[in-house]
Order: sequence, then structure tokens, then C-alpha cells
Amino acid sequence: MAEFEPVLLRRILKNASPSLEAYRADGGYRALDKALAMSPADVTKAVVDSKLRGRGGAGFPCGVKWTFLPKDHPGPIYLCVNADESEPCTFNNRILMHQDPHQVLEGMIIASYAIRAQVAYLYIRYEYGDATRAMQQAIDEAYAAGLLGKNILGKQGFDLDVYIHRGAGAYICGEETGLIESLEGKRAWPRIKPPFPAVEGAFRKPTIVNNIETLACVTHILDRGPEWFKSMGTPADPANPRDAGSYGPKLYCISGHVNKPCCVELPLGVTARELIDKHGGGVWKGRKAKAIVPGGISMGFLTADEIDTKLDFGSLGPFTKNGCLGLGTAAVTVIDEETSMVDVLYNICRFFEHESCGQCTPCREGTGWMLKIVDRIRKGLGRAEDLNILEEVGHQIGIMPGTTICGLADGAGWPVKQAIRKFRAEFESYIKSGKKTHTLQLVAAH
Amino acid sequence: MPTVYVTYTPKNNGKPPENLISAQAGKETLQLVPVEIGSDKLNCIQAAQRAGVFIPHYCWHPALTVVASCRMCLVEVGERKPDGSIAMTGKLVPGCQTPVKDGTVVVTNSQKVVHEQAQTLESLLLNHPLDCPVCDKAGECLLQDYTYEFGRATSRMIDLKNTPANKPDLGPNIALFTDRCIMCSRCVRFTREIAGTAELQIINRGNHSEIDIFPGEPLDNKLATNVVDLCPVGALCSKDFLYKHRVWNLKTQNSVCPDCSTGCSIHLDGNKNIVYRLRPRENPQAQGYFMCDEGRLGYHYINSKERFLRPLRRQDGKLTPFSYDEAIRTVRQMLKDAVAKDAFGVVVVLSPFLTCEEAFLLAKYAKSLSKAVQLALGPVPIVGEDDTYPKDRRGRPIQPVKFTIRAEKCPNRQGVERILRHYQGQLIAFDEVVRQAEAGKLQLLYLAASYPPRGDGWLTAEQAATLGKVGQVILHDLYPSRASEIAHVVIPGGAFAEKDGTFVNHAGLAQAIHWAITPTGECRTEGQVVLDLMQRPGLLHAATLRKELASEVKAFAALASGDLGEYGILLDSTK
Repeated sequence: MAEFEPVLLRRILKNASPSLEAYRADGGYRALDKALAMSPADVTKAVVDSKLRGRGGAGFPCGVKWTFLPKDHPGPIYLCVNADESEPCTFNNRILMHQDPHQVLEGMIIASYAIRAQVAYLYIRYEYGDATRAMQQAIDEAYAAGLLGKNILGKQGFDLDVYIHRGAGAYICGEETGLIESLEGKRAWPRIKPPFPAVEGAFRKPTIVNNIETLACVTHILDRGPEWFKSMGTPADPANPRDAGSYGPKLYCISGHVNKPCCVELPLGVTARELIDKHGGGVWKGRKAKAIVPGGISMGFLTADEIDTKLDFGSLGPFTKNGCLGLGTAAVTVIDEETSMVDVLYNICRFFEHESCGQCTPCREGTGWMLKIVDRIRKGLGRAEDLNILEEVGHQIGIMPGTTICGLADGAGWPVKQAIRKFRAEFESYIKSGKKTHTLQLVAAH
Repeated sequence: MPTVYVTYTPKNNGKPPENLISAQAGKETLQLVPVEIGSDKLNCIQAAQRAGVFIPHYCWHPALTVVASCRMCLVEVGERKPDGSIAMTGKLVPGCQTPVKDGTVVVTNSQKVVHEQAQTLESLLLNHPLDCPVCDKAGECLLQDYTYEFGRATSRMIDLKNTPANKPDLGPNIALFTDRCIMCSRCVRFTREIAGTAELQIINRGNHSEIDIFPGEPLDNKLATNVVDLCPVGALCSKDFLYKHRVWNLKTQNSVCPDCSTGCSIHLDGNKNIVYRLRPRENPQAQGYFMCDEGRLGYHYINSKERFLRPLRRQDGKLTPFSYDEAIRTVRQMLKDAVAKDAFGVVVVLSPFLTCEEAFLLAKYAKSLSKAVQLALGPVPIVGEDDTYPKDRRGRPIQPVKFTIRAEKCPNRQGVERILRHYQGQLIAFDEVVRQAEAGKLQLLYLAASYPPRGDGWLTAEQAATLGKVGQVILHDLYPSRASEIAHVVIPGGAFAEKDGTFVNHAGLAQAIHWAITPTGECRTEGQVVLDLMQRPGLLHAATLRKELASEVKAFAALASGDLGEYGILLDSTK
């Protein structure tokens, strides 16, 4: 592992200039040249062969998603780039967009070529002002250099326009159909599926929604080939037909109670312990970790005993031993031993209560109810049976049991369910102790 | 034949259907009702309905788009293989969003489904104020009904509920009790998809979501009050009905709205001889699912104290009451004398507010006095032009049309015209009657009017002045008007809510109306008055008269059975 050389962060770690000139000097847009020499189907095949899985959270194979587009569709086909990076403690997309925008843009152009899209929308969350400006500058440079617009790089018939759309700050806009609704100017209520966006998405046309990091990976897959990409990460478990493997580099965000919060690039499959101790500088103040969020708070918790869990698509999941929802965004948040899990859960519930879009009854009411219960427990008025209710509600909401339209509810229920299951003793002793914690008015969340 | 299978849930008193089959799904044995769906595109709710199984639902409505957000209709689905075995998907799916095809198995009563229904209801009640004792909807509230049938007896929530502020002025006719709302978004979709005016929206997020209007733009369109019927709970209330009556005391009759020639099927809710409200009744042949506010709120004249309550005759220039029996005798004698003198000078005017039966009786009676008696159609009120919905935000109509408010503001011109044509060959318009009066050709005018009081009245001042020259004017009407000022005898008429009979709408659809209240005082419906004039004993029985009408008037032959059913019968078009 020690010899791993960063790919996505290669230029960023060198503090290279984000300009087109500097990017080209570092070998930029070589991948695009290679892609344009191939047919769109071959580009798609390369991505399928690389087994690149979506970096946005769900881990759906990227190339496979592209093949879901209807064949011979007269168009238009749209590419939507999901830069509504709203999972708490996740900040890798921001770094990519802000410091190396052309890498992202190159991936977008390649993806648009592969799926025959002539318009790409870049949906950036409102809070990312610097990243938006950096991307816009990159887009302007690309237009001037003939990398966007008509007949790109002399390739007849390959036109692409890129538009930046800034969100207004809602977690639900990161859900792909919520994003599309928001892009269309509507309230970001996720759509019922089917039809999936690849069949009927933005403006009722076939649409592919990809994450920023996914597209950055596409750039390098085209440059260095699928075999190179597959040489990194955790291979698929042959005993488990559901496991599609976890290949390639991944940006891990480390935050919380560590000495050195950072974003590092490592091949998929690094353990939580290595991330925290080696890259995050260890848990702060000489304490131990009590719980580790493996990939954004909607994924659940790893306990201190599970610190050696590999952080990849196969080792985290509802059917694994740790029972986390998945790898998510690979945003690792460390919670030290002196932090109350009641407070942690309260904060999580507050977030999801605020961010539930309110469309489906179980999520709308469930997130509110869970917050009220946890708040009451925190104020010293908890009852033993409240924990059972929390666990039940947390277990029942989401697309996995089939009770909601989108996955926000799974993410809202999962940490609650896991916190109760894994830290029940702490909750019980808190309730018995009669301790009271007063709610701080947190302004930042609004 | 494509067949769908729906699980059968035994009921206390019901017998299981005969075609019930048993099938094995894994370890469980399912009792399934097969139902043939033909080539229809149905969802699970509709397919189950055909099998006689009810799947509870809130957000789904057949006239609106599917959002699948209330999660009340969750079911499990599977597929019945040709060998009879069943493969379940093992996941809950919303019934409204899941289409059925040949072999689909819809499981509505598994443990998972039952538990989830209870869970959804508990969720919906978390922030619901449970103020049923003061809620208008209590008694016909789907939240009450489903909780009783599918929910838990108690809630596990002990925390404070959200208490968003009420919005009593959502629109001129509509109040919103925000806390009762279950966010099914039917009202929002209605204003966007059917009215097109899109006044309503959802504001805020999560469990603080609320229905609201845009600032300064109230919910004020001609279809607005339909959102009250669409609301499955007591959140949207009609100000017209608010706090007027408990719904379980209302007696409901099927009827037809008399306010325009669309002829919307309605429920007529009344009690103790007072009409309290009109509600649209689903009728795919007539208007669909909705009705307009003009019709819905235009019933108040029925309950008015201004109405004529007793027969009146003119003595010394003033109308003075006299008894009903004497009135009938007087009118009969007047008609006989006039016909004997000059039958051509006798004109009977039938208003388009009469039922077909009434028009038929009156026409038959008049022609029995003498073939020469003229039958004329009363004034047909036309206001503006047909008004179609949806409209865009600027008020321009857009296609496809989903609802039409017609300019012809009467319910039965088509029916009365058909009868007049039968008895007379050609149609005499009201203007022709006025012309004859002007020329001094008329000696007796019999006006079977009973127009509801709209606008300036049904007779213009000039028409009234001209008709005043006729020697004898007999009038059926509801209210004092220009007509009663010139009448020599006034017999109080009946309103549509007091009548049994048939209305024929713009498309030639004959629909039955039923009385919900009885005429007050010494009022009789026009039909009863004519029966008394004809000396036919007994009370008016619409079905019998309808059979008679069908056998005597060819245009109504389709009504031979006397029963029009819930949705009515299309007559052959005369166009």
C-alpha cells in the first residue's frame, strides 16, 4: 500500500494550478483524445470493464448504468452531474471541483461522448461558491479551447454544452430524481421509479446522473485502461455472487475527533484503523474511538471493536456482520469515547428531521417522531420502551422495507437503528441516570 | 383472458366468493379471488376493487396523477406461474403505482401488509390533533375510517404534536385547518392538473410541510371547492358548510346539479327539510368526478324564506292567498273556458327547469284540452360562453379539456325540447310568444316557470310589460318576480331538490334526480300540480311516469325500464 500513488489528487497534492494550460501540461485531456478515437460503445465498454462503482453513495456500477439508456434514442439525452455533496462530513467533491476542475470536466466530456449526451448539467450545491466559480472558469476555458461547444476537438457531430445549476441547499437534491426535479425548477421531491432516469429523467428524456468523483475516475480509466483500474482495491468475493468488487482509488474524508482531519486518496479496502491512525493522526487528545461513522452519517456506526473493518463496498452493507448500510460517501467520522451517543443521535435525528422532504408519510412523520423521542431522552424524560420504538421506526422506514420512494429514509433510520443496537447499554444507563442535557440552539443547520 | 388474483379476507357476515382458489406461496397458503381484467390498464387498487377487496389509500385518486406518497396502499405482489405456484417479490409496494398484468397476485392481508398499514396510520396520527368532536369531516373522514379498520387503538407517541397555525382564509370559500392535514397533496395536484390555476403549493419541509397559497393569491377559481371533497381528512373545509351540520345526520340523495347543461351528478345532503350541501358524485358519463362552485354553492334559494308558500290570486290588483284545492279548481276552469273560447289564444310555456316527466304531463294535459293549444319553450338562460378547464396561469384554457362549465344555465332544455317537438312538431321559442302577445293574439298564458333566482330575473322588463297585456296569466314560480307582478294566479313551484324526475344534459344523457326535501307550506311540485289538474289520483311516481313517457314519446324510448341507474342513460341524439 505504501507505494500507492494518488491518481485523483495527484495534481492537487502538488498544488498545481487549476488552469487548462497547467492541466494539459500534466497530461490532461489525453484521455479525451483517446476516448474520441474510440466509438461511444467502446468507451462505455471500457467503463463497464473497469467495474467502476458510483462514488455518490449507492455504489451502482457506473458503466452498467450507462447501458440502461434506450438504444437508438433520437435524443436529447442528458448528463446530470451530481455535485450536491450534502452528506455530512463529506468534502471530496468540493476538493476535486475547486482545485482540479478540468479533471472533472474531462470526465464529463468523456461520459457525454459515451452516452451521446449533448447537454450536461452540473448541479452544484449552493454552499460551494468557490467550487462553482472554479468550475465555471474551467468551462469557459474549455469553450475557448474547443473542448466544449460544436464538433469538439474536430470530432464531427460531437457537440456538448455544459451548464452549471446551483442548488438551494437541500439534502434531498442529492437523490438523483430529486436532483432532476430540482433542476427542472420544481420542488425536489424524488420521483417514483420506474421509470428510472436512464429511461425518463430530466425533461422526460433519458438522463444519466453521475457523481463528480465517479466522473473523475472515468477520466483515468480512459487514460490508463480498465485493467490498471482493476489492479487497485478489493476484488469481488467469488463466494458471494452479489459482490461486484470494489476497484479503484477512493477519496476518503476523515473528520470528527481526530488530530488531522483530511481527505486522502487510497485504494478501496483500507481499514478504518489505518485511516484514523495513519492518515488522520489518531484520535484526538489521546482518547480512544467509541464509534466510527464509515461513510456519512446515514450509513450507521462501527463500534471500536469493528475498527478493523475494511472500508469498501463489499465489507459494509446490510447483510454483513457490521450491518452498516454501505460504504456511502466514505466520509469517516470518528466519535471519541467521551462523547455521549445520545448527543450524537440527537444531532443525527435533528439533521434528518430537517432534511426529510416530507413526501412519504413514514419518513416525514418518522424522522420527526424519532427526533422528539431522542430529544426527550436527552432532556431526562426517556422511558425504556422509547428505545424499542426508535429501533422499530428506524427499521421500518426506507426503500429497503419498501415503505418510501427514495433512500433518504433508509439513511435516516439506519443510524438510529444501529445506535440503539450497538450502544443500547449506554442509552439505557442514560435514561436510568435521569441526566438532563439541554439543547443548544444551533444556528448553523438552518 | 388476463386474470389477476387478489387475496380474500374473510369478513364477519360475508360469504366467501364461489370462485375462491387456494394457492401455495412458499410456506403460506393464500386464498385468492381471481378477477378478469381484460385489456384494461389497472393498478393494484383498481384490480382489487373489481375483486371486491378494498385497499385503503389517500393520495391516489383516479382523476389525478400518481405520487405514491401516502404509503397507505402498500401491498405485496407476486406472480402466479402457469403451474399454479406463486412467487412473491417479498417487498412492500404501493398499490397505486404498481400495475397489474396477467397472473399478478396482490396480497392485501399478509402480516407485513397489515403491520405496515397500522404503522402508516400511527404515523399519520402523530401530528394530527384528533379534534374530531369539532371537525366538520368527522363521520366521513378517511383517517377515522381507516384507523378504525386498519389502525392501532392507541398511539405510542407521548410528545407534543406540531401545531401549525390554521389558515382560515385560504380562499373565499375555503378554510385550511393546517394541523389536520396528512399531506396527501391531492388538493395541490387538483389545482395544477384539473383547474390548472395552480394556486396551492406545499411549503416547508419534512414534518413541517404545510399546504399554502402564494402570497396575495387566494384559492379562488370556479372549481376551487372540489379540494374540500378531495381532502380525505378535515383539513380543507368549505366555509359554506363549516359548523352547519354533523354529517351523520345528513340524508343523502343522488341528484343532478340544475345550474348548467353539463348536468353534474351530485349528492344532495339534507336533513329536516333543509338542504345543507351539494357534493359531486362520480359519473364517467356526465362530468367525471368534480363540480363547479357556482353549482355547488347555488342551492341556497331552496331554503329561502322569500319563496311563495301558498297559491295566490289577484284581487283588487293585489295577490292574495287562497287554498290549493280552490287554486286547482280555478286554474282548471280558466283553462277550459279559454280553450272553449279560442284554443289558439292559449299558450303553455315550459321552462327548461322542469323535469321531463313534468314537461310530459303538462304537454299531454294541454294537448288533451285542445290540439290547438300552443306549447312553447321558456327562456333559456345563456351566460357568457362555455368555460373550460384546465386553464393556464393567465386564465387561458388549455387542452385536453377536463371540465366544462356551460353557458346554458339550465338543466333540461334538451329534455323539454324533445317533448315539445313530439307534441307539436316545431319548437316555439319564447320570443314568438312575446310577439304574439304584442299582437294581441293571446288570451291565456300558462307559465310553468320555476326559475331559480339568478341575475336580473328570467323575464326582462319589456317582456313582462308585453305579457302583461294578456288577459289571463297563470304562473308557477318560486319567487316574487316580474312575472308574478303580471300574473293573475300564482301557484308556488318546486325546486329541483324537491322533485323526482329526469334531466337530460347537453349530451343527451338522461339522469334521474331524487327529492331530498319536501316542498314547504302549500307548495307542490309542478308535476303534482298537473296531476291534480288532470284529476289523476295519487302522488307523482317518477319511474311509472318515465315508463309512460318512454312508451308515448319516441325520443325517450331508451328509458323504457323506468330505471336510469346511477349514471343515467344516453338518449339517441336529436342533432
